[in-house]
Amino acid sequence: MLAWTIYLSFAGALLQALLPKGKPALSRWLALLVAVVGLLLAGAGFAAGAGQGLKVIVDVPWVPSMGIHYVLAADGISLVLVLLTGLAAVAGVLFSWNIEERTNEFFAFYLALIGGVYGVFLSFDLFLLFVFYEIAIVPKYFLIAIWGSTRREYGAMKLALYSFVGSAMVLIGLLAAYTTSGSHSTGLVALAHAGLPVSFQMWVFPLVFTGFAILAGMWPFHTWAPTGHVAAPTAASMLLAGVVMKLGAYGCLRVAMVLFPHGMDPWGFAVLGIGSWRDVFAVLAVIGIVYGALVALVQTDFKFVIGYSSVSHMGFVLLGLMTLKQIGMTGAVLQMFSHGVLAGLLFAIVGRIVYERTHTRQLADLEGMHLSKRLPFAAWAFVIAGMAAMGLPGFSGFVAELQVLVGSWKADPWWTAAAGVGIVVGVAYTWRALQRAFFSDLPPSAHMHEHAHELGAITWPEIAGVSMLVAASLVVGLYPRILLDAIEPAVKTLLAGGGQ
Amino acid sequence: MNYADLFRVTLPETALEIAALVVLVADLGFLRKAALNVRASVAALLGIFGCAAALWTMPLQAAGGLVYPGTGEVLLMAGGSAAVAQIGILALTVLTLFLLMDAEFTQHVGEYVAVVLMAAAGGLLIAAAQDLLIIFIGLELLSLGLYILAAFAKRSANSAEAAIKYYLFGGMSAAFLLFGFSYLYGLSGSTNLAQIVAAEQGMHSGAMLTIALVMVAAGLGFKVAAVPFHLWAPDAYEGAPAPAAAFIASVSKVASFALLISVSVAALHIFHGTHGPWSLILAVLATASMVLGNLVALAQVSVRRLLAYSAIAHAGYILLALAYFSDSPTNPSVILYYIVTYGLTTIGAFGVVAVVERSAGSDRLDAFLGLHKRNPALAAILLVLFLSLAGIPPLVGFWAKFNLFAAVLGVAAGAAPFGLVALALAMSAVSLYYYLQVLKRAFVMPAVTETPIVASPLTLAVLMMIAALVVVFGCFPALLQNWIAGFYPSM
Repeated sequence: MLAWTIYLSFAGALLQALLPKGKPALSRWLALLVAVVGLLLAGAGFAAGAGQGLKVIVDVPWVPSMGIHYVLAADGISLVLVLLTGLAAVAGVLFSWNIEERTNEFFAFYLALIGGVYGVFLSFDLFLLFVFYEIAIVPKYFLIAIWGSTRREYGAMKLALYSFVGSAMVLIGLLAAYTTSGSHSTGLVALAHAGLPVSFQMWVFPLVFTGFAILAGMWPFHTWAPTGHVAAPTAASMLLAGVVMKLGAYGCLRVAMVLFPHGMDPWGFAVLGIGSWRDVFAVLAVIGIVYGALVALVQTDFKFVIGYSSVSHMGFVLLGLMTLKQIGMTGAVLQMFSHGVLAGLLFAIVGRIVYERTHTRQLADLEGMHLSKRLPFAAWAFVIAGMAAMGLPGFSGFVAELQVLVGSWKADPWWTAAAGVGIVVGVAYTWRALQRAFFSDLPPSAHMHEHAHELGAITWPEIAGVSMLVAASLVVGLYPRILLDAIEPAVKTLLAGGGQ
Repeated sequence: MNYADLFRVTLPETALEIAALVVLVADLGFLRKAALNVRASVAALLGIFGCAAALWTMPLQAAGGLVYPGTGEVLLMAGGSAAVAQIGILALTVLTLFLLMDAEFTQHVGEYVAVVLMAAAGGLLIAAAQDLLIIFIGLELLSLGLYILAAFAKRSANSAEAAIKYYLFGGMSAAFLLFGFSYLYGLSGSTNLAQIVAAEQGMHSGAMLTIALVMVAAGLGFKVAAVPFHLWAPDAYEGAPAPAAAFIASVSKVASFALLISVSVAALHIFHGTHGPWSLILAVLATASMVLGNLVALAQVSVRRLLAYSAIAHAGYILLALAYFSDSPTNPSVILYYIVTYGLTTIGAFGVVAVVERSAGSDRLDAFLGLHKRNPALAAILLVLFLSLAGIPPLVGFWAKFNLFAAVLGVAAGAAPFGLVALALAMSAVSLYYYLQVLKRAFVMPAVTETPIVASPLTLAVLMMIAALVVVFGCFPALLQNWIAGFYPSM
C-alpha cells in the first residue's frame, strides 16, 4: 500500500505534464488530490505498520546480473518520514495555490520530486535508494530556476551541483562497498551483514556520510541551503527544508551509519579532543547549530532568517545521530519530523502569506507595515510557529531537541553545552524576526503608504495549510508517543547493528 | 579458407554493399526527376532495408568466424563482442538514416546513403577483424566514408573545413597506426592478433613493443577522439551536416571501440593479464579525455561543439574501462553497452539540434531559448536525452556509467583505479553543469520569440522512440544487459 505513494506521485507528475496548458485550476485540484491521497496512504501505512519492525512491501529482482533488487520496505523511521512527506506534499500544494504561470509544469516537477522523496524513504536496496535520491535532484533545479525569485538561476544551479557532487561521493562509496563486499547484493540488509573490513569502513564512512550530509545542510557544506531556500518558490522551499534536507540526514543514518558502523570507531589518537569521524561530524553539527543561529540573527531578509535557522535545526539532527545513543538518535528522527513540519510552516508564512502580499522580505521594510494589525492571521501563525521552532514545551521541537541534548550529554557534555548556546540564540533570532516583521511600532514608512491597500484577504488554502501543520506539530508535541512508538524500536534495531 | 566461408562470414557487409549499389541505381537511374523529399525517402528507406537485410543475415554467419585453415588463425570473429557491436552499428545506422529523410543539406541523397552504407560496412569489418590488415582496410573504408560525409553539405564552408581537418588528422593517424602495425609485424612475423600474442608472450621486446603500442593507441585514439588526438572532433561535429555528425558520433564510435576491445584483449594476453604499457597508455588517454573534455565543454556556446567535448569525455570514461580490462565477458559487454546506448542518445541529441538549427539558423545555446513553448515535445525529448548523457537515473546513461565503473573496480582494486573512478564521477558532476546550460535555455529562460518550431512527424516520431528507449532501458536495465549477455556463451 505504501508503495503506491511513489507510483501515484509519478503518475500524477506524468499526467500533469500531459495536461493542456492554460487550465491552472484543473492542475491545482489534481495536484491536491494526488497529494491528499498520498497523505492518506502514508497515514494508513503508518497506522498499520508502526512498531511492527521492518515490513517488506515488495522485493523483486531488478538487475539480476548485478544482484540489484527492487526492494521497498518500511520500518518505524521510514514510516515517520513518509508521513512527514505526505504532510509536506499537501501543505506545499495548498501554498502553491496562487501559481498561475505554467501551472501544470510546476506541479509535474513538484510531484516528481515528491515521488522521488517517497522512494528514498521506502528503498531498502542501496542502489534503488540512490536512484530515487538522484531523481529528486532535477525537479528541484527546475522548480527553483523557473518559479523562484531572488537570484533563482544561481540558487538553483548551486543546489543542483551541490546535490550532484554529494551523490557522486555516495556513488563512489556505493561502488566501493559493492565491489568490496563480494556478496553480490546491494540490499541494505545484506550489505550491513557483509562484514566489510574495518579499514575500508574507516575511509568510506566519512565519504558517504559527507555526501549525504551535504544535502542535510551540514556546516561547512550548507551554503546551498540559504541561497536555495531564498531563491525557491514557497512550495519548493517548504519541500527543500521540509523533506529534501531530511533525505540527506536519512541517508546518513540509513546508509552511512548502518553499512559502515566501524567508520565511527576511534582512530587511536586524538587532536583537540577529536578522536574519530564521529567526533568530527558531531563537532561540525554543533558548529552548524551555533553558526546557523548566529547568522540568522543578523539577516536583513526575512527568508534568509528561516534559511539559516534550517541549517541550525538540521545540526540537531546530525548531532543526535552522532550521539549513537538510543535517546539521541530517536530525538534526531523526531527532529527530522518536527523541523520538516515547522520549517514548512515558517517558509509558508514568510514566502506565501507575507511576501506575496507585501512584495518585500526585507525586515526593515516590513517594520513599517504593522503586519500584526493588517495580517493578524500571519502574525499569530508566526508566533505559534516561532515558539514551536524555539523549542517551547507543547510542540514537537521541544521533545525532539530535548532528546538530542540528553543523548549528546551522555556522549560528550561539551557538545550539549555548545548546542545549548544555539538554542539561546535561536530564541533571540526568532524573537527579533517576530518583533521586526510583525509587532514593530515604528511610524508607518513611505513604503507602507504605497502598499497600504494592497494586502489581500487570507485565502482558504492558506488557512488549511497553516492549520494542518500547526496541528501536526501540536499533536506530536503533546503526545510524542504517537511517533516515538514507531521510532524507538527501529532505532534500537539499528543500534544493535546489522541493519535489521 | 574457401570463398564460400568468406562469403558466409561477410554476409552482412555484402548486404550493405549490395544495398549501396541498389540505392545508387534507384536514385541516379530512376528518380532523377523526382522531388528531393521523395528521393531522400526512397534512398533512406532502401538503406534501411539494406541494414535490415544485414541484420537478418547475421545469424547465418559461420559460427567460428573466418578461420585460415592452414594455421587456424581467426581473421574475422563471429558472435560475442563482434556480434553485439555489429548489431549496434546496424541499428544506429538505421536511426541516422531516418534523420536524413527530411534533411535539405544536399541534392545527392543517393550518394549520401551509399556512402553511409559503405562506411557502415567498414564498421562491421573492424568490429570483427582479428588481423592487422583487415583492421586497416576496414578502418580506411569507414574513415574515407566519414570524410566524405563530413563534407557533404557542399554549400557550407563549415562543412568543407570540417572535412579537411578531419581528413588531415585522419590521414596522419592512419600513418601512425600503420607505423605501429609495421612494428608489430616486424616483432612477431605475423599480422594476426592471436599469432602476435603467441609470438610476444614471454618475449621481452620491451621498448619496441611499447613504441608499437603507443603508435597504435595514437591511431585508434584519433578514431575515438581521445585527448590529445581529439582536435578534429569539435570542428567535425560543428561543420558536418547533422545526420552525418550523428553517424560520426555514434556508428564510428561503436566500431572503433569494438576494435579497441579486440586490441585490448590481445594486449592483455601479451602481458599475461598484468597492467602492461597498454593499460598505462589508455589510462593516460582516459584521464586527459575525461578532464579536458568536461572542462572545455563548460565554455562552449555552440551545442554541437558542446556535444563534441562531451563525446570526448565519454570516450575518456570508456577508455578507463579499457585500461582496467579483463578477458571475462563482463568487461567487453559493459563497454559495448555504454557505447551503444551512448550512440543512441547522441543520435537523438543531434536530431533535436538539427530541428532547432533549421528553424533558428544556428546551434548556439541561445537558439534553444524558449524551446518548451516553441515545441514542448522536442523540449521533453531534449530533457530526457541530456539528463541521460549526464548520467541521471533512471535513464540509460546512468546504468551505463554504473556498470562501467563497477567493472573497473571489479577488475582492479587499489588506489589508482579507485582514484580514477572517483575522478570520473567528479567529472560527471561537472558535466551536469553544461548539460543544464542547454536545458536551462529550453525550459527556464524567457523566450525571445514564440514562433513554434516545426519538426516533421517522422523525425519527431523517431526522436520520441529514441527518448522512449532511453527511459525504458533505464527503468529496466536488465533488458539490454541480458540481451547482450546472450551473445557471450560463458556468461
